Order: sequence, then structure tokens, then C-alpha cells
Amino acid sequence: MHGLINKSVQAFLRDNYGQALWARVAQEIGIGPEGFEAMLHYDDALTADLIRAAMVALDKPRGVLLDDIGAYLTTVEPLRRLLRFSGTDYWEFLFSLEELQGRGLMALPDLELPELGLNAESRGRFTLDVRGPMPGWGAVLAGLLRAMADDYGALVLIEMIEGQGPGERVQVLLLEAAYAEGRRFELARPREVL
Amino acid sequence: MHLRCMVEHWEDALAGLSPQAMGQLMPMFLWLDRRGTVRALGPTLGKILGPDCPIGTSFSRHFQLGSARARRSGAAGAGMMAGGRRLHLTLCARPEISLRGSAVEIGQDGAEGVLVNLTFGIHLAEAVRVFSLTEADFAPSDLAMELLYLQEAKTAVLDELRALNERLEDARRSAVTQALTDPLTGLANRRAFDLALDRAIKGLGLGGAPFALAHVDLDHFKAVNDTLGHAAGDFVLAKAAEVLREETRRGDVVARVGGDEFVLLLRGALAPERLAAMGARIIARLEQPWAFDGATCRISGSIGVALSAQYVRPDAELMLADADAALYASKRQGRGRCTIAGNPGPPESDSRLN
Repeated sequence: MHGLINKSVQAFLRDNYGQALWARVAQEIGIGPEGFEAMLHYDDALTADLIRAAMVALDKPRGVLLDDIGAYLTTVEPLRRLLRFSGTDYWEFLFSLEELQGRGLMALPDLELPELGLNAESRGRFTLDVRGPMPGWGAVLAGLLRAMADDYGALVLIEMIEGQGPGERVQVLLLEAAYAEGRRFELARPREVL
Repeated sequence: MHLRCMVEHWEDALAGLSPQAMGQLMPMFLWLDRRGTVRALGPTLGKILGPDCPIGTSFSRHFQLGSARARRSGAAGAGMMAGGRRLHLTLCARPEISLRGSAVEIGQDGAEGVLVNLTFGIHLAEAVRVFSLTEADFAPSDLAMELLYLQEAKTAVLDELRALNERLEDARRSAVTQALTDPLTGLANRRAFDLALDRAIKGLGLGGAPFALAHVDLDHFKAVNDTLGHAAGDFVLAKAAEVLREETRRGDVVARVGGDEFVLLLRGALAPERLAAMGARIIARLEQPWAFDGATCRISGSIGVALSAQYVRPDAELMLADADAALYASKRQGRGRCTIAGNPGPPESDSRLN
């Protein structure tokens, strides 16, 4: 697994629940408290251990934990900006999801993001098929899509549903694309992010 | 370029293309008449050229042709731009921002002027900042968004890599230091000394400075250790290390190579008399009594020195053996003294100078 993914889980735990909780999880899975390096690779089994240890430490079911991690990702400003480059509004953002894997590869040629397929079912109802290298990406995407809706100021209802295929499926009900103001996004990188 | 087309009356059909539609398709288009006057322009270009409407003004008021072609033709007329070649322009108001694009003639022999389509080159990010451009200012077919995305992604990745490199470099340095340091005294260890000696010998062949090798052995150390305990022994070793460090120069190497054995690689003060004086100084300081935990520790030291200048082809093992022999000569003569190998008469060996 790419270190960036492990590092993101680490950052989620540390930023939201503190260094002490992260140190406990790190000890549980047998790594130092300094944690993961974003630009190195780790065994997939270690990522699975990490998620399990985080579930125990936070006493949360797997789906809820992964959903929270997805939402957390949008609070990391550089990552939020990269996501906002995908479209001017939530509608365009949804339609660009199929490019997400490719965009990831453009930044990091060895990043294994899930393959996403968007289906427009009926007016404002979409389903997103998620086929990832390990199960759970559907929940991460659900959390991320919900948080990005807030970012764009869109009103949505998002939930995991049963899919027919082997992958996972997320349903998006887009009630209103321009419901609220949304967060600011300027193409030019603000100086403080530099 | 072969163009496929199934339109019979192309010009008539295209007459339905409104300026709005044109601007949507090419937000940075520019239509100049034959004299180089602006007839129409796309919305993004309008935003860049400022609030005063540029229609009816001259091209050369806003742009400068950046290619050699401009210098050759002398003036920025419309005619010289046609021909489908790549154009390089700079903005008169913002010379740091360059544009590129191409131009085609409109009408019979360019009777209606030229149509220019422009885009930002490598100064895209700067232009976006300066003109407060948004995604809507770019045609969806333009790769501007991807370029901006890549630029930020690349910066984030490079920042991570740089931080990783720094962490790895710190870890490497401390690993190297640990691997080459005696933890008790902080002096160099046997490994570090061997490396330094090797380098000094190789350096001699390349015109490097001669050096001396001194083998220092503490006398009566075992007695201190046995009667006052290991803590006192460790204390004495640390004190002895301090003396050796203080009596040598910054470029010298001081190493602890055994329980109470030290070796020095000395680069200055190489005359035998000065070395002898230095040895005497070290021994005198080692013989000063040290108080430890209410007890007094008394030791001395014996020293043997070998000089690289005494060898035709200096060799680490041979020099160490000679320094060792000189040390044992000191011990035999009653300890607490310094012997310099080959002084006054050099020991017999075929690689030594006579």
C-alpha cells in the first residue's frame, strides 16, 4: 500500500483524537510513534492492521471509521484544493470522479486509487461503482463526497447501497447543486498554502 | 494537414457562429482587421486587457510580438502573423506574462483580417494570480486546469520528498556517528580510527602531510577498576579521554580501541622532541590524582609513537606494530614514559628508512 494512504489514516487519528491515541495504535501494530512515510510503500497487511487497530481504539465499526476518514481528507487544504480542480460545481465534480484514479496517477504514478464508475440513474440520482484494491474504499468515498458537497455548497444525501457486482456502490442524491455558499476556492494558490 | 469536411457552403454555414459562441469556444480569440486593429475578442482576453474596451484600438498597443519575425517585419501588422505558425506574444502591460497561439486569415486573401487564438504558456499560474482568472475563463478543451492541478500536486509531492530526505539524512548521520563512536568516552572507536589511518596513509601517496601514530596505555587502570569498582573505572576512562582530547589538536584523531588502550593519529608537532614533550605532558596529567566518590584514583600512562616519515612505504599494520613495540619498551622501562619508535636508531626492517 502506498505510504500516503497509511499516512492519511495516521494524520486522521492524530489530528482528530490526539497524539496519545495515535501512539497507542502505532504500538498496537508494531511501528514507531513517528509513523508512516508518505512517499514509501508498506505491506498491505499493515494497512489492514492499522484500520483494525483504529476501529478498536475508537470503538467504531469499520464503515463509520472509513466514512470519517473520507470526510477528514477534505479538511487537508492541499488535498481539498486538488479535489476542487475537478470542477466548478458539485455537478461537474461528480462527473469528473471517473477521472479521479487518473488524476491520482498524474500526481503519483504508483498511487493505487480505486476505479470509479458514475451512473446517472434518474434526475439527481447517481450511483458510483467503486472497485478498489482493498474493500472499504466505498465508505471512504461516501464520506469524501458528503464533505465535498459541503465544500461546494451542494445539498446531497449519500449512502452505501448494495451493488450487483463485486465492487461497492455509493448512492448520491443531488437535491440542489447550489444550496449554500460553499467554501472559497481560487485557482491561484493562496500565499499561506505555498 | 488533410481536413475532412461535408459542408457545402462553409462560409455561409459559419455565418451563424455568433461572437458569444466563438468566445465560449475560444475565450482568448482575437480578430484583427488588415491594419491590425482589434475588431472583436474573447471574454478572457477582454478580462486580461483591462476595463477599457480594446475594440478599435491597435494590436500593438496591447501586445508585442516576441518572435524574430517581429523584428524582421518591423511593424506589428496583421499580415505577418498569418500562415499558421506558432506566435509568441507578450503583454505590454505585463511583459513578464507571455502568450502563445496561432493566426489564420479570414476572407479572400485575408480581406477581413486575421483570427488569432491565444493561450497562456508556462506563465499560466502567474497569469491566473495576476488576472484573478477562474475555471470559467478557460475553454474546457484547454489543459490549463490539469496544468494547475499538476503544479500543486508536484509541489506537495516534492515537499514530502524533501522532508523525507531530510529525515533520512539525519538518521544516516546519527547511524554513522554511532557506528564510529565509543559510547563511554565519545571518542572515535577502532573502526573510525582504522578508517582515518587508512585515509592518512593513502593521502601520503598523494602528497598528503606526514603523521604520527601514538599508542597510549593506561597504567594501574586495572587496580582502580578492581578496588574502586567499574564506576570508578569508567570515570577514569572518561577523564583520560578528556586529557587526550585536550592535549591534541582539532584535526587529530583520538580513539579508544580497547579497555584502557587509546591510539592517537597526530598531524601536527611531528618533530621527535615535540612529540616527546607532548607525551610527557599527557603522562603528567594522567598522573594527577582524581577524586571519585570520596576515593582517589591514581593512574599513569605509557606511550609508544611511530612516525610515518620513517617509512619508505608506510603501512598501517607495520606502523601499529612499531607503535605497539615502542609502547612495550616504555612499559619495560618502568611505565609512565613515552618512547618514539626508531629514535634514536630506526628498528631494522626493509621498508623503513635507514
